[in-house]
Amino acid sequence: MTTVKTKIGRRSFIKSSALAGGGMVLGFSWLASCKMSAEEVNQLPKEWFKINGYLRIADNGQVTILSPNPEGGQNVKTSMPMIVADELGVDWKDVIVEQAPLDTAAFTLQFLGGSQSIRRGWEGLRMAGASAKAMLIAAAAQDWQVPSEEISARKGILTHTESDKSASYGEMASAAATMKVPEEVQLKEIKDFTIIGTSQKNVDGHKIVTGKPLFGVDTYKEGMLTAMIVTPPAFGLKLKSIDDSEAKNMPGIQSIFTIEVFNDDYEKAFFDTRTFNEVAVIVGNSTWEVMNAKKALKIDCEPIEGITETRNRFGRKWEEYTPGGLESTAKHYAEMEAIASKKATVKRRDGHPENAFKNAAKVLEATYTAPFLAHNCMEPMNFFADVSDNKALLIGPLQKPELTEQTLSARLGIPIENIEIQMTRLGGGYGRRSYAHWLVEAALISQKMKAPVKLVYSREDDMTNGIYRPSYRATYRAALDANNNLIGFHVKTGGIPQSPLHENRFPAGAVENYLAEDWTIDTNLTVGSFRAPSSNFIACAEQSFLDEVAEATGKDPIDFRLELLERAQHNPVGENNDYEAHRYAGVLKLVKEKSNWSNRDSVARGVAAYFCHNSYAAQVLDLTWENNEPVVQKVTCAIDCGIVVNPDAATNLAEGGIVDGIGNALYGEISFKDGVPDQQNFDTYRMIRMREAPKEIDVHFVESDIHPTGLGEPSFPPIFAALANAMYKATGKRAYKQPFLKERELLG
Amino acid sequence: MAAFSLKINGTQHEINVDPTTPMLWVLRDHLHMVGTKYGCGIAQCGACTIHLGDNAVRSCQLPVSSVGDQEITTIEGLSENGDHPVQKAWLEVDVPQCGYCQAGQIMTASALLKKNPNPSDTEIENAMNGNICRCGTYTRIRKAIKMAANTNQNS
Repeated sequence: MTTVKTKIGRRSFIKSSALAGGGMVLGFSWLASCKMSAEEVNQLPKEWFKINGYLRIADNGQVTILSPNPEGGQNVKTSMPMIVADELGVDWKDVIVEQAPLDTAAFTLQFLGGSQSIRRGWEGLRMAGASAKAMLIAAAAQDWQVPSEEISARKGILTHTESDKSASYGEMASAAATMKVPEEVQLKEIKDFTIIGTSQKNVDGHKIVTGKPLFGVDTYKEGMLTAMIVTPPAFGLKLKSIDDSEAKNMPGIQSIFTIEVFNDDYEKAFFDTRTFNEVAVIVGNSTWEVMNAKKALKIDCEPIEGITETRNRFGRKWEEYTPGGLESTAKHYAEMEAIASKKATVKRRDGHPENAFKNAAKVLEATYTAPFLAHNCMEPMNFFADVSDNKALLIGPLQKPELTEQTLSARLGIPIENIEIQMTRLGGGYGRRSYAHWLVEAALISQKMKAPVKLVYSREDDMTNGIYRPSYRATYRAALDANNNLIGFHVKTGGIPQSPLHENRFPAGAVENYLAEDWTIDTNLTVGSFRAPSSNFIACAEQSFLDEVAEATGKDPIDFRLELLERAQHNPVGENNDYEAHRYAGVLKLVKEKSNWSNRDSVARGVAAYFCHNSYAAQVLDLTWENNEPVVQKVTCAIDCGIVVNPDAATNLAEGGIVDGIGNALYGEISFKDGVPDQQNFDTYRMIRMREAPKEIDVHFVESDIHPTGLGEPSFPPIFAALANAMYKATGKRAYKQPFLKERELLG
Repeated sequence: MAAFSLKINGTQHEINVDPTTPMLWVLRDHLHMVGTKYGCGIAQCGACTIHLGDNAVRSCQLPVSSVGDQEITTIEGLSENGDHPVQKAWLEVDVPQCGYCQAGQIMTASALLKKNPNPSDTEIENAMNGNICRCGTYTRIRKAIKMAANTNQNS
């Protein structure tokens, strides 16, 4: 029996109160995790004790669970309340799920990112359900004058068999609100789960298919104006002046001005990245009128100078240099090639890699590159803002509301307690909506206009305003001895402006002599988190290279990986290997079985596996080559993400990661000439479409009792390599440069 | 500015707008029917798909002045209670992730099935190729369209 504490010292993760009109409200911290040592708990940030989730039981028995996290398609609005409901002991059909309440005075908004919602919320959500159940039982015990241990609570009914008494949760809810919050509660055994592990449909499904206003861009308030921005046409430029003589006289236009997103002396936090600090703004009555004026507004720009800024990530500060100049993709690749031959920063060295390569019977080497990528959320960046003297109301889609609130408070000079952010459903996030400069812009525009305003980015604004996935390069080398044993492994990698290296990931720990080093190149293109940051490139390079090494050793690519993992599990090299080799091997074995791997008659098959965001994924991709194009017939995927809360929704998310990965691998690229993005809309930025999606995707989860780990990201990185390896089988040519199809076309 | 009388989802609406205004913005900004989505503004993503008569069209490229007396159907009017076979299949397969593109997907799919009640895989792919889903729900969309087609056949 798992018992968890609801209180640490005087601080509690749970707060109970009576509901006006009868019933109970239980507030809880979804971050609560009481399995930590006392020392760890003492270091917990204060916000972990803030109440940020609510559970309401009305006296008619209606259970409402307020989902604390932003929903961007990862289905947490369904999955997180399922966890609460299971511990509470109610039927899922009796539960209503709502997004964060409008009164946010006591509500700490949370974040979406890093596949962390379920992983971090698991314990707190279970505790909330279990605490409410314990209080309902305590109320019944007092009312019926029987010991609480003899009362059962199932499907929303409290029962004492001996005295033949029973009551619904609703009948006991008001009394339960007056009970003391238990200091310790028992959680269910995994085998006793009734809702967790069952497939439940998206709670917003009906609203989505009937076109209800769920998204930020759907926000409408009386008297609301529409605003759009105009920014310099190229990275490396800034606004010098604007000429609004024509635009300001166009129909429906109210005002044209410029704003500075951040003040000069503002120390930007991690998610405060903004490409163009000064932007022109057009405010008008309707979107179409503002779009027309946008075309008529003339701007004059000048080059930026190189600048060094201090950035601050949760108290850790660093200097960030942004160079001047107009950058081009051809030059980026040339710069990466040049720096790759220079000395890099050694991040990990095991054994004597130099000797291993000197003594090798055979050395393999391959270099992989990938372009910048734009997130291209289908809902372009937007936000509603209504800012008056000392108060701000903001409504829209964003991933890290709490961090944005701090930024906003600093910029507007309005205390945090007077800022209210209401979350809407996100029309895609993938990391892009962590960087909420558009929210600051919306607030500044509303402050200036003294009116409610909805700021909307055009698709072109969305695609050309930066915050891209960085561009990367990696060179891998492998040393084989005369018996084709892998005796040395070397990775040297970097990116513009970030390195994708994870020096302690596989195959670190599996090779005696290992060297990992990296470098970076400065840029004035802005970058940010993109679904499975850095893993989304390095997994492809590493897993493509291992395929090549396996072939050179004459081994089956799955068996070759399993041999390495065997070594990592039983006789690991080094101590900082940040993966569990047996779980890694587990997904490979499962995908081998489910894909019927030994059958390779009619299709070209490629395999890849990767560990990131605390979860393991392995994939086998089958393709045929038709009319000089790859046709993905089937992807078989095995995932180990611990306990799966909502299997069909989890499958959907994994399928999405696979389709997204195939699309980005084949077509994804944003390139530049003299600082100007070559792709500005979907006519030139090629997104995967239905015809190119796999004909079939077959997802399997490793059965597990391990607490849930991430799922939003892990299916994404390995598919790039499974595709590359299958393409090699089909064509005999290795794919080294992303996007793969562009390379093929260039090669003729 | 000019006055237009539009029949949308069976109801007549009178509006006074710039004649070049695309139906997308007439619906969203002037009539506050926001189920139809803006995605690209250049007819490349399909998020703004509506029915003009029986045809699926991209409303971002449809000036209000060109509508005339043709009937418009939007996602809000596809069915009374969200029970069109395509909507039901979408729920049964639990297609959406973020959900933003799905109104456009459903409008394209329902127009396809009206003309071709039993489409082949290739016909489905051809019809749906103009609708981007950034979350990657294509395999489920395909499945839901087939399910809706079967429902139609059996009813």
